Formats: sequence, C-alpha cells, structure tokens
Amino acid sequence: MIEIININKHFESNHVLKDISFTFERGKTNLIIGESGSGKTTLLKTLIGLHDVDNGQILFDERDFTSMKLKEKRKLRQEVGMLFQGGALYDYMSAEQNIMFPLTMLTEQSVEEKLDRVNFCLQRVNLENKNHLLPAKLSGGMLKRVAIARSIAMNPKYLLCDEPNSGLDPKTAILIDNLIQEITQEYNITTIVNTHDMNSVMEIGENIAYIYDGKIWWNGNKEELISADNPELNNFVFASKLFKRLKKMP
Amino acid sequence: MLELLKHLGLYFIMMKKVLGKPSKWNVFFKQLFVELEKVGVNSIGIVIIISFFVGGVVSIQTAMNLENPLIPAYLIGLATRDSLILEFSPTMISLILAGKAGSNIASEIGTMRVTEQIDALEIMGINSASFLILPKILAAIFFFPILIIMSMGVGMLGGWLGGLATDITTADFLYGLKYEFNSFYITYCLVKTVVFAFIITTVSSYFGYHTQGGALAVGKSSTMAVVYSSILILIFNFILTDLLLA
Repeated sequence: MIEIININKHFESNHVLKDISFTFERGKTNLIIGESGSGKTTLLKTLIGLHDVDNGQILFDERDFTSMKLKEKRKLRQEVGMLFQGGALYDYMSAEQNIMFPLTMLTEQSVEEKLDRVNFCLQRVNLENKNHLLPAKLSGGMLKRVAIARSIAMNPKYLLCDEPNSGLDPKTAILIDNLIQEITQEYNITTIVNTHDMNSVMEIGENIAYIYDGKIWWNGNKEELISADNPELNNFVFASKLFKRLKKMP
Repeated sequence: MLELLKHLGLYFIMMKKVLGKPSKWNVFFKQLFVELEKVGVNSIGIVIIISFFVGGVVSIQTAMNLENPLIPAYLIGLATRDSLILEFSPTMISLILAGKAGSNIASEIGTMRVTEQIDALEIMGINSASFLILPKILAAIFFFPILIIMSMGVGMLGGWLGGLATDITTADFLYGLKYEFNSFYITYCLVKTVVFAFIITTVSSYFGYHTQGGALAVGKSSTMAVVYSSILILIFNFILTDLLLA
C-alpha cells in the first residue's frame, strides 16, 4: 500500500500538486487519470522521489519515504518497478541484457540464475525467444512488454506505470493493460497506472483517482465512474460526442 | 550572476554524486573499457591527421620567417618542438576533443535524460551520475595524455616532412628537436592535458545530465557543452601557464 498525505509540489511559481491525499491499495490496479498537464506524471514521479515534495508525507507500507536519507531511498526504490512512457530501455542492450541489468547491478546472482529469471520474465510477458532483439528492432507493444519484464525482474512490491499504452493500437493497449492487472493480482503488489486512456480506465480501473487542477477531484472505481455526476470528471470521461450520447442513454 | 551560481551549485552537487562509490566494481570496469574506446581510441584518427598536418605547417611557416642566413636552420626543429609541446598538442588538441568527445558525451547523456533512461537507473536504486559519468572522467584522464603524446610525436614527424620541403636537412631538424630540451615542458603539457580532460568530461556531462525537454534540448546541451568546455580550457590554459611557467 502507498499512502500520500497532504503533499504539495511547486515548480517555481506553478503550484502543480495541491494538498493531495490518497491511498493506493495493494493487490489492485490503482489509476491516476486526468487531462494532459493536470499533474499526473508529476504525482507519479514525486511518489518515488524523482521530484522532491515541498511538504506532506509518502508512506510505502507505513515507511515514510519523504523523511528517508538518499541511501535509504535507493534501497526502497529497489522494491519498485517502473514502466516509463517510452519504455526507457537502454538502446545498446538487447531485451535480455535490459532485463538482466537490474539483477546484475543489485543482486549477487550467478549468470545462470539471472538468465533463468530473464527467461521467466520474458515468458510472463509472452516474449519467449526474443532475448537477443535490440530495442530498435521491437514494435511498440513488444517494447512495452520488455519494459514490463524489466520492471518485474526484481520481484517488486510496487509497480508504477506512466501511460503504459500511449502510442499503441487499441488491441495491443488492452493486452498491456490486462498484463499489468494480471501481474498485480498474481504477485499481490501495489500498482499505480497513470493514464488518460478511457479504454484502460474501463478495462482495469479498480481504484481511480481523477486529478484536476492539481487536486484529487474524484475517486472511485470504474462502475462508479460511469454514474458519477461530477461535471469536471464527466467533461473528461465523456469528452467525445459518442461518449456523451452513451452517457445520456438510459 | 545568479544563473552562474545556480549552474555552479548544480555542477558541484552532480560531482558529489559522481564521486560516489560504484554499485558494482565489475560493471564499473566494463563501463570504463567501453568509455576508453569511445572517448579515447575513437579519437586517435582525428588526432593523428590534425597533428601531422599542423606540425608540417608550423615547420614550413617557421622556415619562411627565418630566412636570415645568420639564424641557424636547426631553430626550425626547435620552434616546431616547442610549439607542439607547449601549446598545440595540449591545448589545440584538447579544444578539438572538446568538440568531438564533449559533444558526444553531452548528447549521449542528454538523450538518456530525455528518454527517461536516467530516471530508470534512479528508480532501480542506482547512482546514475556515478554509473554514467565517472567512467568517462577516468577514461579521459587516462587516455587524453596518451593522445597528446601521440600528437606530439606525429606533429614532429609532420614538421620534419614539412622541413624537408623547405630544404632543411634532417640533421638540422633533429638537432633542433633535441636542442636544450627542457623535460619540464612535458610535465607542464601533461598536467594541462589532465586538467583539460577533467573539464571536457565533467562540463559536457553536466550539460547532458541537466538536459530538459526533447531533441532540440539535446542539441542545445551539446552546443553548450562544447562552448563552455572550450572557454574553460582557454581560461585554465592561461592560469596553468602562469602558475607553471611564469
């Protein structure tokens, strides 16, 4: 479980996160949704200390991340897997080397043990025998799957995903969403997915936080989202004419 | 002024992280060898070509300016030697390396920054500054002096061939090369080279590491890295010359 309590974040005079409190539950896919520029990515990066908070607390299973020293933060980060928007794979490393990298850097495993783990992770994301492909040779969906494989290589307790299906076709996007949800339930981890894709929301939204103007404007699950009467949320969720018509249907 | 202080502060904060203990020594040494190739070995060609021709030109120009029969011919060898050792090899070649290796370092790290590869390292709990930058600094500090010694040798070879084209005999040229040789000049040259290697790698890494934005920002960081490295090389050239030779 990750709990955030009254966090604030400024970039110079721009108040991006305004007194945000929320609980991301374990074993669930927690979604942060909102328009571009609403503060979703800032919130996600703040959670793991890529941006420092101005004030407030971030608790990882009751461990206060905000008051930790850099060394302790680095130690805790080893329990976190993160899937970046563009994958953030190392261009000069193959899929296998990318997944093996955190194992090489952070564990004392033998080459055989590491290779076993890599193959297991690749198999888990349905990419068996793609070990030696370089990121440049992977399609968008495959790239995201290798990135997921790398993020679960260290058996994380927490999985953070920044717009995991941006730039993917709807079918591949749903595949990625389902994979994230399966992994979350299978390993009982705390997963946070940052998205503005409504298909994702409807597919995997178990605990949703809607961010508007730097604040948590609404929260609930995907069923509650459909019937919510929050005007800002409705403007975001039912932005297209088709969705507006569907909303009006009895 | 405030902006300068901000950059200085960020530079020293980055350097504190850079000098942190590497997470894994075997990975660090692997990285070091990769950087030795990228920063050093890959620059051998350009150093040899430039040094050879500049050595030749220095020799020919000196010969043209010393047409008075009272001035001994061996002075051409001596002038070529001193020009190469004191200034051309350490300073000019370092400026060229600031362009080649410096822009390469800034764009490589800058691209890693904008594609979130550096964030990915931090998330894994790895000290990204130490992992990426320390091997580059050590590779340059180790290999740039080798390049500069190579440059001096090849420059003198070029100077000899240039001298032959102006009717200077090999014996005169070699006598000039050896005439009243002060070995401290080599020390001075290598001290400058090590300082310049540090400047090129750390300044370029700084601009790359603090890139914000996209492809345009990477290009801008690369340009800034070359400009600031070059300016700092010239400033430190003056300071070191004053300290060591004046």
